[in-house]
Amino acid sequence: MTTPRDSWTQRHPELGTGPVSFEDSISPEFYRLECDAIFKRAWLNVGRVEELPKDGSYFTKEIPPAKASVIVTRGTDGRTRAFHNVCRHRGNKLVWDGTPRDEARGIARQLVCKYHGWRYGLDGGCRYVHQEDQFFDLDKTRLGLVPVHCDTWAGFVFVNLAPTPPQSLREYLGSMVGALESYPFHEMTECYAFRAENRSNWKIFMDAFQEYYHVPPLHTQQLGPGRLQNPEAEFEAAHYQTDGPHRMVTSSSPAKHEIPSKYLYPSEVLFRSGNLGPWDAPDVARDVPGVNPGRADHWAIDNFQIFPNLEILIYERGWYLAYRYWPTSHDTHVFEGYLSFVPARTARERAAREYAAVLFKEYALQDAGTLDGTQMGLEARACAEFPLSDQEILVRHFHKSVGDWVDAYRRERDTRTPDGGAL
Amino acid sequence: MAAPLLPAAFVDLEPYAATWCLATEAERWNQRLRSSMDELQAFYQASFPRADDAIAYCDRFALKDMPDDAERLLQLVLSLILVSFAVEVWRQPEVIHRGSARIDRTQEPRP
Ligand code: FES
Ligand SMILES: [Fe+2]
Repeated sequence: MTTPRDSWTQRHPELGTGPVSFEDSISPEFYRLECDAIFKRAWLNVGRVEELPKDGSYFTKEIPPAKASVIVTRGTDGRTRAFHNVCRHRGNKLVWDGTPRDEARGIARQLVCKYHGWRYGLDGGCRYVHQEDQFFDLDKTRLGLVPVHCDTWAGFVFVNLAPTPPQSLREYLGSMVGALESYPFHEMTECYAFRAENRSNWKIFMDAFQEYYHVPPLHTQQLGPGRLQNPEAEFEAAHYQTDGPHRMVTSSSPAKHEIPSKYLYPSEVLFRSGNLGPWDAPDVARDVPGVNPGRADHWAIDNFQIFPNLEILIYERGWYLAYRYWPTSHDTHVFEGYLSFVPARTARERAAREYAAVLFKEYALQDAGTLDGTQMGLEARACAEFPLSDQEILVRHFHKSVGDWVDAYRRERDTRTPDGGAL
Repeated sequence: MAAPLLPAAFVDLEPYAATWCLATEAERWNQRLRSSMDELQAFYQASFPRADDAIAYCDRFALKDMPDDAERLLQLVLSLILVSFAVEVWRQPEVIHRGSARIDRTQEPRP
């Protein structure tokens, strides 16, 4: 029997140290609860303000676990609003490109339904009904698009599908995440976006980015070329922190440009870039509040996991990564990843960013490559419980947070009288 | 012979231009996976020693306003970056342990 001394996990007694069941990732019934308890009640990040560059800009976002699609608009008054992407006439999906399952973006004065031509302003108001005089007691002023709660924080656009969210976005994000408010995300507008359809529960992929325990075995090649592994390589995280359902982990690393080049791949040295990003950092994002909250030495990356399905990784080299995980069923999900940099001014900067973006995909494919195997292993139900190490504390915290939200929802549902609630 | 695709100073890379001057990551990725390791090695060995000069050449122009031949040269450099993982890291065209996973790049700067 072993027990780690001075463990992170034992500093969070509410998490316990016992083995964990991953039934929450294989049960269709739990998934249905999760959709209602979490995705219809939590604040969900659907994009960035940069995706609405002008008055009249709009984009749509699919939220499969809520069976919802939302339109986010920037009105002629400059305000950001969100609506259900549903025509008030006969329910057709209002805005789409290609097929109704594809997301759309653009600039428009009005949004026109493809079916019978009803039109809506970017403020949601119904502006035009074709052959209006053929309808009975029709009041256009009551037929605007159905609004969805929408707010922005640090340029991230969030929606909440609850009729009345119990917390404002700021309250919801709490002090640990909220402290990042002044980070210069708005300077980092050069975006490399990725999308994957994965064959596992959404939480299984999030788990892979919440611990570094898997890095040496799975990403062996990341340790350096051939057998020349850097003895300084350090994969145990420097700091863990939780705040309500949100959590973060800091990793430390010696700066890449200080590592002897024999421990690096030749192209890392040539392009001056690697797994911590381009070596030559832009002159932004120095000493921003909220970053490196544990005051770790050799701070390299903060990975904030914002409940339920957003992850923001802030790199010491002045760029950030954002991930979103959208469940599409109990055993499938869509992953979205965004690397965002201060725009390259030169070909050399462009190449360094490209190296980081290529590296991201190469190693993320290794992470994603494990997913269907884990899902199959869990679904075999050969094991009822699984042990988690101290380095996997955030996996523990994440699944507990999901369980807590589902339990709270169940309690509310069960205490509602049969005729007293909507259920 | 077809008109050269690259600036005259990079005539030595011209044999690789038709294959590797590709505007998007999706095209570069597909090209890597349908190439043999010998082809990847040959491209890597020819282009790696020239990459620094190529970038310096491209940087004689504004990034968003390059002549076509310089932009193709930059595309060749971006292909080298992708191929370097096959040559230096995996020693095969494919990512090791990719399994059935697939990740698409859906947005990127141009060039
Ligand atoms: S459903 Fe939109 S106009 Fe009829
Ligand atoms: Fe990983």
